[in-house]
Amino acid sequence: MLVFALKRLGLVVLVTLTVSLLSFSLLFMSGDPASAIAGENASASDIEAIRTLYGFDRPFLVQYGDWLSGALRGDFGQSYYFKLPVSTLIADRLSVTMLLGVCGISFALLTAVPLGVVAAMRPNSFIDRAALFLSVMGQAMPSFWFGLVLIVIFSIQLNWLPPSGSSGWQNFIMPTVVLGYYAMPAIMRLTRAGMLEVLGADYIRTARAKGASEMRVMFKHALRNAIVPVVSLAAVQMGFMLGGSIVVESIFALHGAGYLAWESIARNDLPTVQALILIFSCFYIIFTFLSDLANAWLDPRIRVG
Amino acid sequence: MAVMMTGGEAMADKASDTLKAAFTKELESVDSYFNSAREGVILQRTIWDGLIYLNQATGKYEGNLATSWKWVDDTTLEFKLREGVTFHNGEEFDADDVVFTVNFVADPANGVVTQRNVNWMKEATKVDKYTVRIVTKGPFPAALEYLAGPVSIYPNEYYAEVGPKGMGLKPVGTGPYQVESVEPGKHFVLKKFDGYHDGPKGKATIGTVDIRTIPDVNTQLAELFSGGLDFIWGVPSDQAEKLAATGRFNVVNESTMRVGYLELDAAGRSGTDNPVTKLAVRQAINHAIDRQAIVDNLLKGKSKIVNAACFSSQFGCEQDVAAYDYDPEKAKALLAEAGYPDGFAIDLYAYRDRAYAEAMLAYLAEVGITANLKYLQYSALRDLRRNGETSMSFQSWGSYSVNDVSAITSEFFKHGAEDFARDDEVKAWLDTADTSIDPAVREENYSKALRKIADQAYWVPLFSYNSNYVFSKELEYTPTSDEVVRFFHARWN
Repeated sequence: MLVFALKRLGLVVLVTLTVSLLSFSLLFMSGDPASAIAGENASASDIEAIRTLYGFDRPFLVQYGDWLSGALRGDFGQSYYFKLPVSTLIADRLSVTMLLGVCGISFALLTAVPLGVVAAMRPNSFIDRAALFLSVMGQAMPSFWFGLVLIVIFSIQLNWLPPSGSSGWQNFIMPTVVLGYYAMPAIMRLTRAGMLEVLGADYIRTARAKGASEMRVMFKHALRNAIVPVVSLAAVQMGFMLGGSIVVESIFALHGAGYLAWESIARNDLPTVQALILIFSCFYIIFTFLSDLANAWLDPRIRVG
Repeated sequence: MAVMMTGGEAMADKASDTLKAAFTKELESVDSYFNSAREGVILQRTIWDGLIYLNQATGKYEGNLATSWKWVDDTTLEFKLREGVTFHNGEEFDADDVVFTVNFVADPANGVVTQRNVNWMKEATKVDKYTVRIVTKGPFPAALEYLAGPVSIYPNEYYAEVGPKGMGLKPVGTGPYQVESVEPGKHFVLKKFDGYHDGPKGKATIGTVDIRTIPDVNTQLAELFSGGLDFIWGVPSDQAEKLAATGRFNVVNESTMRVGYLELDAAGRSGTDNPVTKLAVRQAINHAIDRQAIVDNLLKGKSKIVNAACFSSQFGCEQDVAAYDYDPEKAKALLAEAGYPDGFAIDLYAYRDRAYAEAMLAYLAEVGITANLKYLQYSALRDLRRNGETSMSFQSWGSYSVNDVSAITSEFFKHGAEDFARDDEVKAWLDTADTSIDPAVREENYSKALRKIADQAYWVPLFSYNSNYVFSKELEYTPTSDEVVRFFHARWN
């Protein structure tokens, strides 16, 4: 298990470095940052002055080296747009996104896994059909529309929840539902498919023959085996959510990291974008790593392979 | 969206004396010299004061932090300062503050982002505690307009200590509101400044102004309906009409100084074989677009079609210039005359108001011009323009709310990177007008320049923009055409 973990960890570091180099070079080629920093009403001389001030005239590798050595020390430079340290800015925005991501994935798992199990217990029954209907809806409904519908119902008609902001826990209910609902269908269907496959296996028949209770058969014997692919999927979904949902954060005015990334691209705020890409990809990498470990623990065959 | 929002009941913010407003854009810094956003201008006028004040109702300059001023010579303005004014942090206002602020912002090394607002000033010198002189780099007749606008006075001791970054996080001024808290880009809380001087802005009456950034206009509307906001602006005209129909809000339309135009590459920077280098083609494009129909159907409100390359209220904006009426037949004839009887294909670049750009595509298609819309981010498009790679682009310019032609016509016709006319005669007239302090000379030369720009059809001047202000019935507010929201003039009714 330890060797397995160490091998994976080595891969994590290499992938992270590659991502940082790629993102840095792509952004570097994507337009003139000096013009973006100067803002909409700036004149030609303003832009020239800014170009030399920020050192955009230096060679690419020098700029990358500079950035990487800072990043390793947790210093991502100063945001061109806000003129504040990128690390402060991101710490502020990331807390909202992380809270939302954890709530979203929890909501998705807590609804999708039981639904998937129930659907698999009675294939083609009314419950199965209803679960299928729910999942198709989640996949088909654009989240901006779903978000606005929730706002109209719960904020305007009923006046139960605030439409936007992040000042209290009430602010997170609707975004959690919108974000989680989008992730739910895939988890639900994967759970159902895995359960159906496992429930046909010999050892389940044996477990039932032993006289184990239905609950024990379902959750102890079947789910543990069926959940392996779900863990991998949930890890990817979690990475996606921590990358921030631009749409959800924008509709509910949550000012999270996803919205910050989106806006920073438009503003050519390179230090912020680079730091966010690195952090987002680290989330993906770390969650994939953790899900590999979790799966190795759940299924000993993976450890050997 | 607005139609669906029929239920709910707005909560009274009058009781808590808090006006809740929304910004659409994340403001980069509250320090007014370090942002170039409309939101920044609004906060600047709220938190700080300038030496003078432009009374929007009368159009006259009044003393604000200065009580009187005079031109000592062509490049020197002398001000008598108001006594007994204090900053929000208790610092006393006097000549040292003016000297420090002017000398700080005028030095390019300090990196003020809105250079054009400050780079006309050379320096300021103290005469005595309440007398100060500002020296301009050359004759700069629009000086008063800038001093009444974007140039506001900062406390010297505090600014020297905290710099632009500290000022952005904890701003201190002399204005009608002081800043209680700033969450960069997200949330700004302002409190009425009880020690505000008896200046022409008048004291604020509403106790607290709470501004949140809400990027989605639908969410802003939802907040308005559920009582989370009292005041929004920039509401699209179709939504504004529906909101007005509910009868629950005050919906007021006001013109803005922003002008939309098509920039045509007459100088051939994007290639000398480019059709718009021909005068007849440029005139044809002017005749091809039904601007009035675009105003009536899309912009609505107080928008008007524009013929001169400026906004009508700006000093020197000559209105008696060649106007091109909508006449597709004439446009086709002009195209044939120019050697394009079957029209031609061209790229139309745009960065905002896609619907307007698409309407123009349709009008151009009618006379045989196949325009291909290239819709880009502002900064990307500006790079292309600065490199002279666009032969036709849909632009708009708000003149930074400066009520003087030098803020728009001189910006684009003096052979800068965004000048696609490159007309030496126009540049010479503009240079004369920009540097003369005799209003008659200025008017005459701006008039000549604007007439030639229209005759040569360097631009297709399109229309002025407007903004819809939607606010609670409990509030009283009169918007102004400079698009600056003055919270200190808002009151509960």
